[in-house]
Amino acid sequence: MNFIAWQMLTGDRAKYLGLIFAIAFSTFLMSHQVSIFCGLMNRTASQIDDVRDASIWIMDPKTQYLDEVKALTDQDLFRIRGVPGIEWAVPLFKGTSRAKGPDGKFRGVILMGLDDATLVGLPQKVTLGNAKALAEPESIAIDRVGYKFFFPDEEPRLGRTLDLNDRTLRIVAIVDSSAPFVNLPVFYTRYSQAIQLVGRERNQMSFVLAKAAPGVADTEAVKSIQERTGLQAQTASDFGWTTIFYYIKNTGIPINFGITVFIAFLVGSVVAGQTFYLFTVENLKQFGALKAIGVTDWRIVGMILMQAIIVGAIGYCLGIAMTATFFEATKDNLDLRGFRLLPQIMLGTAAAVFFIIFLASAASVRRVVVLEPAVVFRG
Amino acid sequence: MDNGPQNAVVCQGVLKNFGSGDEEVKVLRGVDLTVPLGEMTFLVGPSGCGKTTLLSVIAGLLNASGGSLEVLGTPSSSLKGGKAVEFRRQNLGFVFQQFNLLPALTAAQNAAVPLLAAGWDRKKAEDKARALLDELGMGQRARATPNHLSGGQQQRVAFARALIHEPKLIVCDEPTSALDADTGHHVMELLRRVAVRPDRSVLVVTHDSRIFEFADRIAYMNDGLVTRVALKAEIPKGDSH
Repeated sequence: MNFIAWQMLTGDRAKYLGLIFAIAFSTFLMSHQVSIFCGLMNRTASQIDDVRDASIWIMDPKTQYLDEVKALTDQDLFRIRGVPGIEWAVPLFKGTSRAKGPDGKFRGVILMGLDDATLVGLPQKVTLGNAKALAEPESIAIDRVGYKFFFPDEEPRLGRTLDLNDRTLRIVAIVDSSAPFVNLPVFYTRYSQAIQLVGRERNQMSFVLAKAAPGVADTEAVKSIQERTGLQAQTASDFGWTTIFYYIKNTGIPINFGITVFIAFLVGSVVAGQTFYLFTVENLKQFGALKAIGVTDWRIVGMILMQAIIVGAIGYCLGIAMTATFFEATKDNLDLRGFRLLPQIMLGTAAAVFFIIFLASAASVRRVVVLEPAVVFRG
Repeated sequence: MDNGPQNAVVCQGVLKNFGSGDEEVKVLRGVDLTVPLGEMTFLVGPSGCGKTTLLSVIAGLLNASGGSLEVLGTPSSSLKGGKAVEFRRQNLGFVFQQFNLLPALTAAQNAAVPLLAAGWDRKKAEDKARALLDELGMGQRARATPNHLSGGQQQRVAFARALIHEPKLIVCDEPTSALDADTGHHVMELLRRVAVRPDRSVLVVTHDSRIFEFADRIAYMNDGLVTRVALKAEIPKGDSH
């Protein structure tokens, strides 16, 4: 009987394809929009993820997220270093400025000031040059996207210069950093140089990055810092989520994406449901004939569910393939880096599609189950 | 000596009502009818007299509201739910007015449906269907889908579907109403030749007096009752009741 269900389904090509494409586009929209949303939210915490050497971030007690900070003092740093269970602690500056390229083109940039001695906070992947060269005066490391902006159509090359706050800085390294929330170029330099480049406020230390001593858990170290200094301390992972949730709570991004995903779900459900229902209604006589001949209700329900699962599975695979193709095709686009289709999104979308086909088939199943087989004798 | 039932159907005072209270409609008002095995019995009468309802009750597609009904020796009251479905699948063959073939299946696949419903292997079922279609003169069209078949050819496929599982009772609803006179005559000849056997009965509901000559007996219905039963010898040619 499964063969008959398959033949009935594919026999009406227009409706069969309509069902598949309804599911496919619904899948595509849902998975694509959720992927973009997750990518965007990940970007809010990407600079936290890029710091691999330190596992603890310390900041002003009232700091809510990464991009809005109140500076700490040098004394704060010394107090943190004195907390038992802390192996080391270094300052980190994070601010914004404006840089100008050789052709006069300017753009806002994110400026990261790293501890002079250790350069803790520099992304792990240096694609060109040597991080140690940041020890030289007026030197910076720049991320790939920034280099591409200031020197379009050029192969990455060391020694190029950029002006920042009337100072000419020389590029000594190009790094591969994660995309920040606002897609600005990211400059990395020594802490001491960063505060000279930007310095207006008395205190400039945005964060202190620290590492727990061997044998001390990060959470334990965090607790010690908070108790002894009164400052806010979080593990890198917690601070990443704090920042993500700040954007979720305080921006319209989740609502906008949520609406799109909801509409995709709704359209998928309505179009697939209606088409599938019509498909069943048009075949009622055939189902009636099968019931009269002696096919049980359960068998017919199985046939309908099989038809729904087939269109759901094919539509889902097509939709996910479309999303995957999109992200594969745009993976080298620097502006879109960080956006990708996560396995969790694939699973979540599969659950949504399953729910859509469940809704689509429920009405059809009910219609067929209550159908009197005697209907076949009515001309 | 065969100890099985001598009659395919025995109806005694069969009632069928639709609706309830003021809106109750009594469609069958105490039908008495016996359909012997080995014969082709026609059920005839004016529109709305209850022919199709009686056929549906006999076939187990509708439950009688009262009276007693025995099909192939089994009281209908003992056939509920799944048992009724299984009984139909094993013992009844259906020929519908509009054929009701599945448009996505080939002639052979359509004819094989009752076997597939009984759990047969698809290949074996289709092989048997092709052999039967061949017997019905449709061997060359076994791979055609219904929309590539004429009305007469579709009806032959419907016959094959009704016969393939070798049922004891075949019920036909207006088998010639969608066919022209010549084709109708041919398919009835064919039905009579292949379907009527000593251990099988064919019950036909029809309006078409041009095919009365194929009946062994005719039960005339009017206003929910069988008013008269005529045996073959008593059926005038071209009788319209």
